[in-house]
Amino acid sequence: MSQRNGDSSTMLDQLAPVEVAVTVNGVDHTTAIPPHRTLLDTLRDDLGLTGTKKCCADGECGACTVFLDGTLVNSCLVLGLEAAGHDVTTIEGLSMDGLTALQEEFLAAGAVQCGVCIPGQVMAAEDLLRANPAADATEIREAMSGNLCRCAGYERIVAAIQAAAGQRVEIR
Amino acid sequence: MTAVDARPDRAVGGPVVRDGGADRVAGTQRYLSDIPFVDAAHVAFTTIPVGCAEITAIDTAAAAALPGVLTVVTASDLPQPMKRFGISHKDRPVLASGTVNFHGEPVAAVVAESADLARAAADVVVVEYRELPGVYDLDAALAADAHLVQDPSVRPGDALNATNVLETADYAWGEMDAAEGQADLVVENTYTFPMVTHFPIEPGGVVASPGDDGGVEVHSPVQHPYLLQRIVADIVGQPLARVRIVAPDPGGGFGGKQTPRYEPLLALLALRTKRTCRLVLSLEETFQLMRRSGCRIAARTGFRSTGEVVFHQMAADFVIGAYADVAPRVMTKGSYVGAGPYRIPAVQVNARAVLTNTTPSCAFRGFGAPQVAWATESQLDAGGRALGVDSLDMRRRNLVQAGEPFIRGDHEARADGQWHQSLERAAELIGWGEPIGPNRGRGVAVGIKPGATSGLSQSLVRLLYDGSAIAYAGTSDMGQGARTLWKQILADELGVDLDKITIVSGDTDAVPFDLQTSASRSTVFMGSAVLDACRDIRARVRDLYAEATGADAVDLDHAPGVIVVGGTEMPLVDAAQAALGSLRGEFVGQGTCRLRGVSGHPLGGDAAFYEFNCTAIEVEIDPETGEVLLATHVTVGDVGTELNPLQVVSQDEGAAIMGLGHTLMEQVLHDEHGRIRNLGALDYRIPTFNDVALQMVSDSVENHDGPGPYGSKGISEGALLCTAGAVGAAVTNAIGVQIVELPLTAERIWTAMQDAPASASWSSSSDPEPS
Repeated sequence: MSQRNGDSSTMLDQLAPVEVAVTVNGVDHTTAIPPHRTLLDTLRDDLGLTGTKKCCADGECGACTVFLDGTLVNSCLVLGLEAAGHDVTTIEGLSMDGLTALQEEFLAAGAVQCGVCIPGQVMAAEDLLRANPAADATEIREAMSGNLCRCAGYERIVAAIQAAAGQRVEIR
Repeated sequence: MTAVDARPDRAVGGPVVRDGGADRVAGTQRYLSDIPFVDAAHVAFTTIPVGCAEITAIDTAAAAALPGVLTVVTASDLPQPMKRFGISHKDRPVLASGTVNFHGEPVAAVVAESADLARAAADVVVVEYRELPGVYDLDAALAADAHLVQDPSVRPGDALNATNVLETADYAWGEMDAAEGQADLVVENTYTFPMVTHFPIEPGGVVASPGDDGGVEVHSPVQHPYLLQRIVADIVGQPLARVRIVAPDPGGGFGGKQTPRYEPLLALLALRTKRTCRLVLSLEETFQLMRRSGCRIAARTGFRSTGEVVFHQMAADFVIGAYADVAPRVMTKGSYVGAGPYRIPAVQVNARAVLTNTTPSCAFRGFGAPQVAWATESQLDAGGRALGVDSLDMRRRNLVQAGEPFIRGDHEARADGQWHQSLERAAELIGWGEPIGPNRGRGVAVGIKPGATSGLSQSLVRLLYDGSAIAYAGTSDMGQGARTLWKQILADELGVDLDKITIVSGDTDAVPFDLQTSASRSTVFMGSAVLDACRDIRARVRDLYAEATGADAVDLDHAPGVIVVGGTEMPLVDAAQAALGSLRGEFVGQGTCRLRGVSGHPLGGDAAFYEFNCTAIEVEIDPETGEVLLATHVTVGDVGTELNPLQVVSQDEGAAIMGLGHTLMEQVLHDEHGRIRNLGALDYRIPTFNDVALQMVSDSVENHDGPGPYGSKGISEGALLCTAGAVGAAVTNAIGVQIVELPLTAERIWTAMQDAPASASWSSSSDPEPS
């Protein structure tokens, strides 16, 4: 029995880069990326924005959550090409003027353990509070259920978001 | 043992925010895959889609011919005979040699100029292989004519090397025959506990670089940098001083990032290519790198009619996988507490570590104790139900009091805490005994785990002229917040502001030795070493101050943060500056915490402390679907002293919720070729926000009775030990039938409900599906 997993010529054709113009955190970038590269890998590997984290790469864990034209997306499920001409906001963009009140609440509530899921959690919580500034615990759990935390800091994260919901300040 | 005093300005005991937390919420914390390495080459592996095979040929020509591929390495390209490594057993080859022993074991490694190229090239390596009749579960591994996972030549001189049993552990005390005669009731059940995987949100990886001096530098988010240094030094044939391990903070460890796996290979690739070689793992690859051992436990327990346990017998088979890793120790240490924290006159525990052609299992929060606790706690409840004694009373009657032995024989272990307090607190918090609604049930269970049985942590602390301080402490901060605690200790002992303290860790070139970050040991071991170093500095400040000022040192009293001069307190940092004078300079303190093993002890030594937890659960079962709704989840830990209540609650809740994984949903499944069927996040579920109980309560008992700084104990695993037992008892009480297999999926519960007798009499039900 033998295995032959791929054909080298096909694989290499797929690697031919394409030029993409994308706005990330208000800054215009032009970068050449292979057509199969995800927005997640584009952000991390081509633009050096490593605050967006990579775990499952299947759209299940939420670690790579960013805003695409203001809509929350898993950046592992979006191709870099698809983001061309669009506006991306990452955790670096959210934190540009220092920590937001929401981020401060994450710290105060003890919501941060290993921390890898936290940028995605913050993005998802930001999205929730923009839509529902007075979210209660049940609404928070439902809205956040696409973001996994293996340290299981879920109760602390809910507490952080609840606290932020009580003293909401406008974030651009 | 001194409790934390009540001074309001003390950092220890307060909710000090996590060190490194701001970087984590801002996305600026650099985990391994976030660190840029200039001119790095990229590594990818070739694997085959079966769990057990003989490799007959490998053709690397097509891969090697691709432009940008630096090298394609197979076993025959590495020094022969193939080097093997491990802790207790040197059985793991640097790269698969002759056979593939589990699904995902790398057969070839490609180094290329980009990650995409490396992946593409690894996929065109052609591997010819003959599939072997691998053993993927206990029954297959223990069959008389079973395929041997390890060739006997890998275990020369081992009496068991013609079997798949790698090691055994046997514990016994008391007169079993006499105890049999005293039993009014004997309960027998066979329990299963699933294989589960760590699923760290940071999958991790390895980056290795050739050093200027012939050595090597390895970056790995590892829990045990000093163990990795030793093993890499052995593989590359260099002294420790030329092997530098840099360990960025692991993005979740849970025991899965303790032992070396691909680091030896990456070190050899770096030396071969004279390039920095970078490997970043996918989540799927971590499923093939780390998991908890599954377990089957046959238990037989005798009770008096009043609920007292008179004997307990347990045969526990741990499914450990293809290589030893630390699994024999998991089996030995877990089964050691197989009879639980109870007063049982006669006990017999026989445990085996059984090799299978599956991912090598390793440490995972709880270290073997959750497996045996699932059986023992369930047995206690099965006996209680038959006798009409509830879960709480069963534990009240059997749980040992402080100072009382629960493990007997030559090396007995005694309760080192007031464990009944945790039990009573949990019962009170859940409202035990209050009326309960339809389809609802409550359960309470306890768990115990031995802490480290030997250890060595060394620390250096520098008090600088300007009143700032640096501590060097080799504990890996993987989410537990170790560095926060060291800051708190320095702040109090030296009187230095928290924001003027830097903690250095994760670099064997700079930081003194620490045995490992495991077994919830760091607070007790490294915490004591840091405290010791601070006290060393205090003594040095006192002595130099006396010398510099002409005062008599014996007249200078020193307390945390101050020295007392002529009856007046003076901040230690001021005294230090005065003592150092115009030459400036600094004070350097050294601290050590060493626990030696005990010769002949079955664990190699007495545990430094025991982690004890009590969990109480209330569930509601949907009678239509069998789904479990967690109404209330109470966890109470016996923590000694909370050094940082924010971190205690984070660790306790985290362990408790993680325990819901193997209890309710998680299990790694294999097909007939030994392939993992649910490889990845799409098919392998872990707890989410929506799986947490509607009401979750984490509480602690503090008696300041631990061996760590200020009476602390390790606390990071306790709440996971007894989750399954408590949920299992609650489900049984809700549906009227006991389920002996985990996870308690809706399907399993619904099926058991269909078999349940209409009356409220209790019976055991075994799922016919093999797990």
